[in-house]
Amino acid sequence: MQNTIRLVAMTETRKEVDPLAEEIKAGCARPTGGLVGEETSGDKPTEAAETKKEVKSMVMIGRKAPDFMAPGYFQGKFINVHLSDYLGKWVLLCFYPGDFTFV
Amino acid sequence: MSIDSVFVHKMWVDYEISKMVKKGVPYPMLSDVGGKVGTAYGVFDDVAGVETRGRFIIDPDGVIQGYEVLTPPVGRNVSESIRQLQAFQHVRNSGGTEATPSGWRPGKLTLKPGPDLVGNVWKVWKTDMERD
Repeated sequence: MQNTIRLVAMTETRKEVDPLAEEIKAGCARPTGGLVGEETSGDKPTEAAETKKEVKSMVMIGRKAPDFMAPGYFQGKFINVHLSDYLGKWVLLCFYPGDFTFV
Repeated sequence: MSIDSVFVHKMWVDYEISKMVKKGVPYPMLSDVGGKVGTAYGVFDDVAGVETRGRFIIDPDGVIQGYEVLTPPVGRNVSESIRQLQAFQHVRNSGGTEATPSGWRPGKLTLKPGPDLVGNVWKVWKTDMERD
């Protein structure tokens, strides 16, 4: 069942830390400078990639999503999430203005 | 994902969300302090310094299949996001041979695009099918 909704899949295994994510100390969110599944030079984005991202920030349907690494909070643990690790799953990515607001 | 730190995410879960959802949020709450990821997705409002209500459906190949962006005062419709996800999954499972007309939900009629369907959609699809 490769096409299960990730959100649902994780509801079922909520007591576990998301197996796709590594537990880490808090860090900084950053786009890798590439697209999902695209090889980048190591995990650290280059200066050029970050600058390029600031100028070019277009997302388009039918095109690959911008890849990123971001710290997260999940089931009592701080984790690090890399979007590329979710290849093979459906992902619903939601942005919102701030905690203590609605969805 | 928001510009809040993971520490604030934790406090929000501990002090409020846990009162609404047993055991807290069942998926990772991501932190984008500085809005760099939001900027890459075009949803970071650099004047207000926050991310707008952007929602992206990304398929198993990492391709964005759909998105919706709202200004902060208006909330989303979670059922609609799930409906779209189910429709995109159905289309993908059909290998692109089926399309889901407006208002489609699992179990409802799909269309099979091709020369025979041109000009004949009205014969198989009625406008009241759009409604639940």
